[in-house]
Amino acid sequence: MDLRYSAAEQAFRADLREWLATVLPTLPPQPSYFDWPARRAYDTAWQKMLFDAGYAGLDWPIEVGGRGASPVEQLIYLEELELAHAPYVGVNFVGLLHAGPTVVAEGTPEQRARFLPPILRGEEVWCQGFSEPGAGSDLAALRTKAVRDGDEYVVTGSKIWTSHAEVADLCELLVRTGDEDSRHRGITWLVMPMDAPGIEIRPLKTIVGTTEFAELFLDGVRVPVANRVGDENDGWRVTMVTLSFERGTAFVGEAVQSMEFLRDLRALAQRTGAWDDVEVRRQVGHFGAELDALWALARRNVSQAARTGVPGVGGSVFKLALSELRQRIAQLGVDLVGPAGLVWDPLPAADGSGPLRNHRLVNTWVNGFSRTIAAGTSQIQRNIVAERILGLPKG
Amino acid sequence: MDFELSDDEVALAEGMRRLCAGRFPLERLRASEGERVVVDPAGWAELAEAGVFALRVPEASGGLGLDMAAASVVFEELGRALVPGPLVSSHLAAGLLDRAGVAEGKLVVGAIVRPHADRDRTASVVPVVIGHLESLGLLLVVTDDGVYGIDPSALDAVPVERSLDPLTPLWHVQQLPEGEKIGGADEAARFTREFRVLEGALLVGMAAATVDLAVDYAKHREQFGHPIGSFQAVKHLCADMLVRGEVARAAVHAAAVTLDQPDMGDPERAASGAALLAAEAALANGKTCIQVHGGMGFTWEVPAHLYVMRARVVAASLGHLGDLAEFVAERY
Repeated sequence: MDLRYSAAEQAFRADLREWLATVLPTLPPQPSYFDWPARRAYDTAWQKMLFDAGYAGLDWPIEVGGRGASPVEQLIYLEELELAHAPYVGVNFVGLLHAGPTVVAEGTPEQRARFLPPILRGEEVWCQGFSEPGAGSDLAALRTKAVRDGDEYVVTGSKIWTSHAEVADLCELLVRTGDEDSRHRGITWLVMPMDAPGIEIRPLKTIVGTTEFAELFLDGVRVPVANRVGDENDGWRVTMVTLSFERGTAFVGEAVQSMEFLRDLRALAQRTGAWDDVEVRRQVGHFGAELDALWALARRNVSQAARTGVPGVGGSVFKLALSELRQRIAQLGVDLVGPAGLVWDPLPAADGSGPLRNHRLVNTWVNGFSRTIAAGTSQIQRNIVAERILGLPKG
Repeated sequence: MDFELSDDEVALAEGMRRLCAGRFPLERLRASEGERVVVDPAGWAELAEAGVFALRVPEASGGLGLDMAAASVVFEELGRALVPGPLVSSHLAAGLLDRAGVAEGKLVVGAIVRPHADRDRTASVVPVVIGHLESLGLLLVVTDDGVYGIDPSALDAVPVERSLDPLTPLWHVQQLPEGEKIGGADEAARFTREFRVLEGALLVGMAAATVDLAVDYAKHREQFGHPIGSFQAVKHLCADMLVRGEVARAAVHAAAVTLDQPDMGDPERAASGAALLAAEAALANGKTCIQVHGGMGFTWEVPAHLYVMRARVVAASLGHLGDLAEFVAERY
């Protein structure tokens, strides 16, 4: 076991840190949370800057335009971006972390050439059409039907929780091509252009108040067969590839962010006097110990991936533990500011010592609810841990 | 950076696991339940032979010259096998004392780290409780200002009729004598740091052993026509056990490596946080292991209780867990 970074890894970190220090001050102010076209413009402009500097698709192979970086460099990258408060991956999430890696792993040379460069350059935004009203945790129950018609599929059905649909160009879409009850054996993975006729987008307002997701209604949408990734009815296997990437390093930035959040809470507790309460100090210490442990676990998972070439199930353990820990930390946060924890707007401190930053605590607390649901609920993660790691029988 | 176990570390762990399975199978250990002397000198000598005590003694002084990372994987196995006795303090004493016999397994050394919550060695309401006293050749008392050696035979200690852990016989004494000063504040701080990490490693081993025990039962015990491990209510208990164990294991390993490579973090914070999480994981997993076994878990025959009780013994050696959390908070 060795935690020391190699000379090459240290050089990678130093270069990245220097680049971030140069470019971040030049970024325009972040757009409103509620303005999706502006958010798309901001996030894709940032992606273009990463591309121009050689930091796009860091862990993607060089032959598809990525940097071919090691999992350890990927970890350093995520850590440094978070430490420098660089923009979040935002609307590029599905393209960079879901669809892109899937096309890298399963796409044809033509598909790689068509779909990957625009993701890396921030020219095309993807959304995800996996879940359906009747197929949430039980994804294999999906019913959106695709019928072959010459060199096209005709798709009819509906999707839900489609992130960034309003501003997306392409959709990674799971459809039923087998019999109604074919479950895992009758699913196909398609790339659907979002400007195709027959797509209706209905934004879904979340409890944060933004339209992070949408419902998609598909009525005879025609998708070229050339846009099928993997074989017909082999989409479940293709999907599992995608999800393993998502549960790999996708959440390590949140661990780094949580450490800073906890240090802010400590400072806030000292400001309010709550630090005199031994229970508050113990809670902060306990959360700190847990975050240190999860950071160690992230480094273990990355080391494993570096040896085996694929992200392991350790990602589920990490995601499960971190998402629940974030909720507990956020709860302490809103408890510390009492009634100011009821207010979304930034409030000034009553003693004139400046902003209270209560809005940040409230935002983290409310967003925390989604962390144990998105990307596989905590209950599904527990099934994965129990069945795939411990070998317990499926119910 | 490669935070996976190296090939040498894997080999070390496997060797220790084989030794424990051959020399300290649970059935054999259980034969001495409730006895005043549980540490078997021949077994202790075999542990010494395998390098458990001389592991980190420099090669020039006849040791193996290995590091904390290696020690952490070895103690994890000792914890997994529930090997009784003051293993960590004897291991640490081998590096501290210029006294023959410790590394060779001829002198069993116990330790009480920070015996009083008020940190100044004055008597408190709760008597001092000492494990394995009759087996000890030396008792160390570690306070903030130094490491002190006490002759165990000179103590006016009373044996306890029944110990919670049937494999850790206990004595109680109202007050500890001053003892002979062996080391100063620096040695005491180092002893405490390493003690926390290696007691944490024992606890991580116990946490992992209870996962295996519970999962094995859940796979084979059938109710309602199915293995109980197929029911999510039980499955999720087992998943939580694994998560607690793996998170604590990563913390203990990282703490061990941070002690070896102090520029990689704050060794004090890492050691305290790791000990805290390891203690909680072993205690919670032990409790859950009993729960998964249902009524059988409450029987003396099923060994689930042995892991909880030993976890209590080891966790108690770390002092109040809240103090560990506060210590992390101060350094966060």
